[in-house]
Amino acid sequence: MTKPLISIEALARRYPKHGGGETTVFENVWLPIEKGEFVCLIGHSGCGKTTILNVLAGLDQPSGGVVIVDGREISGPSLDRAVIFQGHSLLPWMTVMGNVAFAVTSRHPHWPKDKVRAHCQKYIDVVHLTGSEHKKPAELSGGMKQRVGIARALAIEPKMLLMDEPFSALDALTRGSLQDEVRRICTETEQTVFMITHDIDEAMLLADRIVLMTNGPEAKIAEIVENTLPKDRSRADVHKHANYYALRNHLLDFLVTRSKNFAVEIAAGAYDPRRPPVVRPGERAPAQPPPPIDAPRAVSA
Amino acid sequence: MTRSLSLRAGLLSLAILAGTIAIWHFATLPTAGSAGNVDPEYAALVSGAAAEGQKSTFPTPADVAATLWKHLKDPFYVRGANDQGVGIQLAYSLGRVLIGYLIAAAVAIPLGFLIGMSPLATRALDPFIQILKPISPLAWMPLALYTIKDSGISAIFVIFICSLWPMLINTAFGVASVRKEWLNVAATLEVGALRKAFMVILPAAAPTIMTGMRISIGIAWLVIVAAEMLVGGTGIGYFVWNEWNNLSIGNIITAILLIGLVGMILDVALARAARLVAYRE
Repeated sequence: MTKPLISIEALARRYPKHGGGETTVFENVWLPIEKGEFVCLIGHSGCGKTTILNVLAGLDQPSGGVVIVDGREISGPSLDRAVIFQGHSLLPWMTVMGNVAFAVTSRHPHWPKDKVRAHCQKYIDVVHLTGSEHKKPAELSGGMKQRVGIARALAIEPKMLLMDEPFSALDALTRGSLQDEVRRICTETEQTVFMITHDIDEAMLLADRIVLMTNGPEAKIAEIVENTLPKDRSRADVHKHANYYALRNHLLDFLVTRSKNFAVEIAAGAYDPRRPPVVRPGERAPAQPPPPIDAPRAVSA
Repeated sequence: MTRSLSLRAGLLSLAILAGTIAIWHFATLPTAGSAGNVDPEYAALVSGAAAEGQKSTFPTPADVAATLWKHLKDPFYVRGANDQGVGIQLAYSLGRVLIGYLIAAAVAIPLGFLIGMSPLATRALDPFIQILKPISPLAWMPLALYTIKDSGISAIFVIFICSLWPMLINTAFGVASVRKEWLNVAATLEVGALRKAFMVILPAAAPTIMTGMRISIGIAWLVIVAAEMLVGGTGIGYFVWNEWNNLSIGNIITAILLIGLVGMILDVALARAARLVAYRE
């Protein structure tokens, strides 16, 4: 068994409660992420999704547990883990080129200007912003700003891309076309991605594995759903695939009912937080209704 | 629509100006009948205006215009220590303001930067700033005269102390309220402390810092007149006080107009500079 690129081990986050004691937002979160994999984390607000991402980014410290990247525990932010933030978070006094170049010169401080410029141009072209290099963020639409954020993250050629609901602030049409582009770029470059979302369709289109979290407090990983849709799926025809509704219904069912009552499911059977159950909706046994927790199911290697 | 609005506004401004001058003119018209009532001794004691039988020594708009023209025609003459052109007096004042202001900026902006970066420093220095800020800068004058023993430098010190606080407070506030997400961007890009300060925090806080600088120059120009009335010697404030002693109201009004004009120019210059560092989000 090869070592995963990233390994989240026993991660926990607790806050001191008013009047003593502690509130546990999430605990005992274990998750390996392989190189080249696209992992989506879905859960309701308050389950600590963003905290997990911020810990991965090095912007936040967990109350317990570690994150191991390439065999080493992370201790802070790194250029190896690029973040695409929820708001575009571009520096408004810099142009598109300036924003991307700021990232590139951070990664390669000794590159000459021409080389930085050419490198930035390459990624500005990738996100289809050619011609807008010298515009300021205020002159761009929401979708274009988020594209700049993506170009900035890709331009530093990180080992891993972290995305915190990157499309949630966009309108449906823009979101759709950006999802297609992210899928294209990530498949082409075999980029490892960890993304947070609460959009089921987005997760089904983009992710290889969908990690389902229960509601907070004391949230945990309930299940890992493997995407049973074909690798070459696209937004236009994904809903025509035989597994589409099995997968979608499974996810929806989890978010609507099971995420609230997962404690009951845990109590009913053997639940190992280090090895949460893995399901492949649409394959083998029918996925509707969801199998009881103690039923035999495909367990990942 | 906007053009017609600015046209109408301009016309209204002119009308207000004309109205004010008219009221002023009729209020200060000489009254012929009172000439005989003036005691010749008193007339000799005060100036010619009283002797001529004017209702008051307050000049008419025409008198002031003549005085203004006289000053503007020859602003830089020097006829002894107590008789120098109004341009020279303004230059003295501007010089003091700029020296005190620039020293204050050189202290306040780096210090404000450090205070804004450190929540500890913010809280530790806050009581001092809160107590020192509301002190009228002129209250420092005796202390400055006593320790510095030079009236010119004391005036500069007073300008320094009054321009310090707005710049210090605004810089600290601007630096402390840089958006967290921009700092997160810098952190995930592993940007060094110095590069972060100059490439992220300074541009982000620049508009707030410029607001502080604009408030400061305004206060400095207000304070210099009072400071120069106290220390004397040169400067537009001293000029006003001197002309008060001469009871030359025309000269005082001229000086007041010029003080306003210079203050406006300073403010517009800083507003222009602020536009250079402004950004839209």
